Amino acid sequence: MRRSSRSTILGIVVSHHGLEGYGLTLSREQVRHVAMLARLGLEAGEEEFYADQLSGILGHIDRLRELDTEAVAPTAQAVPLEHRMREDEPRPCLDRERVMANAPEARDGFFVVKAIQEAEP
Amino acid sequence: MAEVLPDGWEAVIGMEVHVQLATRSKMFCACPADYLAAAPNSNVCEVCLGLPGVLPVVNRRAVELGVRTALALGCEVARFTRFDRKNYFYPDLPKGYQISQYELPIGRGGRLGVGAGVVRITRVHLEEDTGKLLHAGDDLQTARESLVDLNRAGVPLMEIVSEPDIHSADGAREYAEALRELLRAIGASEADMEKGQLRAEANVSVRRRGEQRLGVKTELKNINSFRFLQRAVESEIRRQVAVLESGGRVVQETRGWSESLQCTVPQRTKEYADDYRYFPEPDLPPLELDAAWVEQLRAGLPELPADRRRRLRECYGLSEFDAAQLSDPARAALFEAAVAAGASARAVANWIVQSDARLPPQHLAELVDLVERGVINREQGMQVLSEASTHGLSPAEVVRRRGLGQVSDAGALARLVDEVLAENPRAVADYRAGKQQALGALLGELRKRSGGRANMQMARDVMLDRLG
Repeated sequence: MRRSSRSTILGIVVSHHGLEGYGLTLSREQVRHVAMLARLGLEAGEEEFYADQLSGILGHIDRLRELDTEAVAPTAQAVPLEHRMREDEPRPCLDRERVMANAPEARDGFFVVKAIQEAEP
Repeated sequence: MAEVLPDGWEAVIGMEVHVQLATRSKMFCACPADYLAAAPNSNVCEVCLGLPGVLPVVNRRAVELGVRTALALGCEVARFTRFDRKNYFYPDLPKGYQISQYELPIGRGGRLGVGAGVVRITRVHLEEDTGKLLHAGDDLQTARESLVDLNRAGVPLMEIVSEPDIHSADGAREYAEALRELLRAIGASEADMEKGQLRAEANVSVRRRGEQRLGVKTELKNINSFRFLQRAVESEIRRQVAVLESGGRVVQETRGWSESLQCTVPQRTKEYADDYRYFPEPDLPPLELDAAWVEQLRAGLPELPADRRRRLRECYGLSEFDAAQLSDPARAALFEAAVAAGASARAVANWIVQSDARLPPQHLAELVDLVERGVINREQGMQVLSEASTHGLSPAEVVRRRGLGQVSDAGALARLVDEVLAENPRAVADYRAGKQQALGALLGELRKRSGGRANMQMARDVMLDRLG
C-alpha cells in the first residue's frame, strides 16, 4: 500500500454512512471504493488482505449490537455536553518557516501539490 | 436585459448562497479572517493546517451572526445544533474534511421577500471556508502542479439554501441582491460578490408548463457578479429547453459561466465528491442555544430593508421605487431627518434618489424648500447642491452669495418674453401656424437670455398669453 495508513482506511470504513450496507464482509469493490475516497493506492493482493482485515474489525464492532441501547440517547460525544465557544479575538499565527517545515514541497510561500484538474471554486 | 422564457416552458430555480461572515478571526481558531492582503500561508496555525492533536473551538461571533441571519430570514433557530464532518480528500482543506452542519443546522424554514414575491428559505448553516488553489501552467488542463494557500481555510462561512421558488433569471438575481442587502443591513457580512464574500450557486431545471415533476437540474457555480449570475441562469434555461426540444436529455452536472463564450460550460468536479460520509464532529461539543440569548439577538436586529421599505411607503406615501432607493440605512436616515426638518417627503425623496443629494438634513430641507417655493429653479438647485456640499455652506447662503434667485417678477418676465418674441418672428409665425415645437425653442431662448434664472412655469404662462 502506497501513501497509506491502516487507521485512515479503517476510519473511512467505520465512518461510512450506511455501514450496514457493507454487511460484515467487505467486497473487494468496496475496499477499492473507500481506498479511492481516501486517495490511497492499493497494490496487487492488498484488496483481499484489507477486505479480510476490515471485515474482521467491522465484525468486532458489530458486537455492540448485542447491547440493548433502546433507552440510551444517541450522542457524538464521550464527554459531558459542554457549550464551549471562544471570543472573536485574532491571535498571532505560526511563523511561515514553521508552517512550511514539514511540507514535502513548497515554493514562494505556497505548498506545492500535484496538479488538480478542477477549477477554483 | 429582456428575459425570454421559451413558450410553454417553466424554469425552476433554487439558490445556494455561501457568505463569509464578518468576523475578525477564523471559525475554529484565532487566525485573522482577513486573508485578502495577507502573504500566502501567513494566516495559518496548527488548527487550520489540520495538524494532529489540535482541537477546534467555535467562534462565538460567527454563531451570533448565523443566528442573526436565521432570525432576519424568519427561520426557526435551533435550540440544539451541531457540527458534522464532510469528508473529502482535496488539498483545499488539509484535514481531509470540512467542518460543516448537516442534520442540525442553526436555522430552518424561513423566507425572504424578493420583488413582489417571497422565496422560502430551507436552511441556514455554519461551516468553514476552504483554502485557495492556484494552478501553475498555462491552463487547468496542462497544469502540472497546484499551489496551495491556506489563509482562507477556516474562515467562517454560512450557507443559505432556498427552496426552488424562483422562476426566472431576473428572479435569481433579485434574490441574491435582496440577500446581500439583508446581510449588510444586519452586519453579518460585507457580502461583496467580486471579493468572493458572497458566492451564489443556482440549481436550474426546466419543465413544460403544467408539469408537476421537476426536470433534471444542473448546478451553476463560479459566478462572481450579479450580472453574470443573471446571464448564466438565462443562458442555462435556454440551453436546457433547446436540449429537451430537440429530443435530448439534460444531464445532472456542475456548470460554470464562461464570459468569453457567453454560455455555461461543464466543469470538472471533485471525483466521487458526493460521497461525503457526513458524521457528527467528535471534536466539537454540540451547541445549546440559550433561548434568552436568541431573544436578545432578535431584539438587537436593526430595521430590516423590507420593513423599512414598507414603512417609507406607508408613512410618507413614497412610491415603491423611491422606497427601494431609500432603503440604504444612511439614505433613509437622511431622508427622515430632512422631512423632520420640515421639507416635503416626496420632494426630499426626489432629491436624494435622482440627484444623490448628500447634505446635512437641515441644509437638504432648506434646498428643497428654496426650489419648492420657486426662489430658485431645479437646475439652479443642482448648482446650489454641489456648492453647498463642497463648501459646507447652507443653500440659502449659496443663493445669496451667488446672486441666484429665480426671476419670478411678472413685469421682468413680461419684458423678457416680449424681447424674445420680437427677435424671433419666424418661430412665432411657426407656432401660430400650429407648430408646437416652436414654443419649446422660444422658451429655450428665454431661459438662456435670463441666465437660467427665469421661473419657467411663469414665463411659459406669460408667453402663451402673448402668443394668444
